[in-house]
Amino acid sequence: MAFDYEKYLRPGKLPHIWCPGCGHGIVMKGLIRAMDTLKLDMKNTAIVSGIGCASRLPGYIDCCTLHTAHGRAAAFATGVKMAKPEMNVILCGGDGDGTAIGGNHFIHACRRNIDMTYIIMNNYIYGMTGGQFSPCTPTGHKASTTPYGNPDPNFDIAKLAIGAGATFVARGTAFHANQIDKLIAEAIQHKGFSVVEILDDCPTTYGRRNKYKSVIEMMNRLKEVAVPVKAAEKMTAEQLQGKVLTGVLYKDDSKSDYTTEYAKIIERAQAKK
Amino acid sequence: MAKKVEFLQGNEAAAHGAIYAGCNFFGGYPITPSTEVSEVLSIELPKIGGKFIQMEDEIGAMAACLGASLTGAKVLTSTSGPGLSLKQELIGYGCIAEIPCVVYNVMRGGPSTGMPTGPSQSDVMCAKWGTHGDHATIALMPASVQECYDMTAEAFSLAEKYRMPVHVLPDEIVAHMRERIEFREPGEIEITPRKAPTVPPEQYKPYDTSFGDVPPLADFGSGYRYHVTGLNKMQDGFPTTKAEVVQAEEERQVRKVDANIDDIVKFEEYMLEDADVVVVAYGSTSRSARYAVNVAREQGVKAGMFRIKTFWPFPDKQIKALAAKVKGFVIPEMNLGMCSIELERCAQGKVPVLGIFRVDGEPINPDQIVEKIKEVK
Ligand SMILES: Cc1ncc(C[n+]2csc(CCOP(=O)(O)OP(=O)(O)O)c2C)c(N)n1
Ligand code: SF4
Ligand SMILES: [Mg+2]
Repeated sequence: MAFDYEKYLRPGKLPHIWCPGCGHGIVMKGLIRAMDTLKLDMKNTAIVSGIGCASRLPGYIDCCTLHTAHGRAAAFATGVKMAKPEMNVILCGGDGDGTAIGGNHFIHACRRNIDMTYIIMNNYIYGMTGGQFSPCTPTGHKASTTPYGNPDPNFDIAKLAIGAGATFVARGTAFHANQIDKLIAEAIQHKGFSVVEILDDCPTTYGRRNKYKSVIEMMNRLKEVAVPVKAAEKMTAEQLQGKVLTGVLYKDDSKSDYTTEYAKIIERAQAKK
Repeated sequence: MAKKVEFLQGNEAAAHGAIYAGCNFFGGYPITPSTEVSEVLSIELPKIGGKFIQMEDEIGAMAACLGASLTGAKVLTSTSGPGLSLKQELIGYGCIAEIPCVVYNVMRGGPSTGMPTGPSQSDVMCAKWGTHGDHATIALMPASVQECYDMTAEAFSLAEKYRMPVHVLPDEIVAHMRERIEFREPGEIEITPRKAPTVPPEQYKPYDTSFGDVPPLADFGSGYRYHVTGLNKMQDGFPTTKAEVVQAEEERQVRKVDANIDDIVKFEEYMLEDADVVVVAYGSTSRSARYAVNVAREQGVKAGMFRIKTFWPFPDKQIKALAAKVKGFVIPEMNLGMCSIELERCAQGKVPVLGIFRVDGEPINPDQIVEKIKEVK
């Protein structure tokens, strides 16, 4: 039987705002399947986003949804989780939202290891505002504000998350759609701050400026560059040139998460009273 | 039972006033001269099972507060000028998404880093106009340590009652001076709870105006699933650009305060019955003003004081009534004439408005005010 997405979607809110060929919808379907796998209680689940095309995702899903301000999802979500640790808190948004204006909140959520899952849809561009370069736009590529090619070096989101203290970091792609739900489900189950970067595409503002003739071509590129971590172990440095690792890149179950630690603070304070 | 009495600083008193009101979440970022609020709450909140979090910056602090508030927590953040500037983005979010929260901002010199330890009253306009777009504002002005306690507690009730951010704006003098204060007994200050939904989850809309200008707000995680956005929205919380909906919603969000000005606005009248000259004052400056009024009276000038306790919404009605019967206003303030603008607006040119404006980090002393009182002819 085909998977029934509808029971997780808010009635009357489709069609979505995304362009034909945009990868964000693939990620949303992956998230829904992950929620289904884990039988998440929708009444007790919050999805928090920033601003951007990717950040429009929560509105379609029938749970507690919070579409915040540009870059601020992690900070709002931290408040939700701290105040109600029993809630499942999922964050989502774009590469620009999470690593530029929201970069500070992002690294500090990683550092606190607060038990939330952050899905970053990396399409290498500011899609919503018409294709300006983001901290994830590859050097040399074209954006509406890099007419001569992007002079900026770009972030590796996964490395950034690991360096900042996230205890679960995974990467998938919009092409490998049937792995997205598995990565997200594993991330949600992880107790601590988990980050799932999904490489996706923005045919409208990035693809056309960077000589991709079609969405299929963009998807094929994702297929070509992705190498599962297991497979990479058997590959030489030369073979890995220009490739991107996918799968669970980092996992540390030894660290306690933030709300568990804060519960201990409460215990200590109350013992002293 | 004897009341609990302590000798406290304004900031410490504010923290206890927050606890009195049921505050159970604080999100902040350290900044002089407001830090004592967070220090006290880092001790007190976990004792009552509340949460204290020091965020990475003031934007994050404001965000955490709004997120926590949506789960039903009673939230406070404290800051000072540079932090208030940063919080503006999300104060606006609190306005449009209608999320209760209290912003306690100790006024120091500015703009920018200004004078971190110098007193000032120069954030009164920033509290009102700092965030972009049209919105209602409530701002309270404590003039004593007791009022830091009381007004912070009252701010929580106003935030819940009107479903919006509420400012408490002590100046650095009030925030840092020490006075005897009484801890309030339960019931002494009215604590208004959040208006919870009465409809089942399937029928719930977060901006349902059939319940009045302040729609009930459900807690995240309580069985109600709904959407919150900073975009202009419909009653169900989803974005819209429909002209008539946007217009009506924006007007409602301002009206919910405007139509209740008499409930919100508090002030003190000191020797106003026969006054010819009215000193309009707020915060610590009102303490000098009171003294100056006494001195002026001794010297035969019929002076009085109108003390602003609620700066926003501005007490238009009261000031306009005074303007119709007195000879002039004197306005001492630790800025270059902010309240003065409002006074002139209300005086409508009928009487002079004489200002004493100080931004040198020194308090305004009574002598200066007495002199100005005498200038009113
Ligand atoms: C404070 C602020 N600055 C700028 C913007 C404009 N803005 C809206 S979305 C966006 C970029 C979104 O890019 P990304 O997060 O990568 O999401 P995408 O649209 O690519 O999915 C920008 C710059 C804004 N809404 N708020
Ligand atoms: S502009 Fe790009 S990111 Fe936005 S919906 Fe269209 S394809 Fe997707
Ligand atoms: Mg993007």
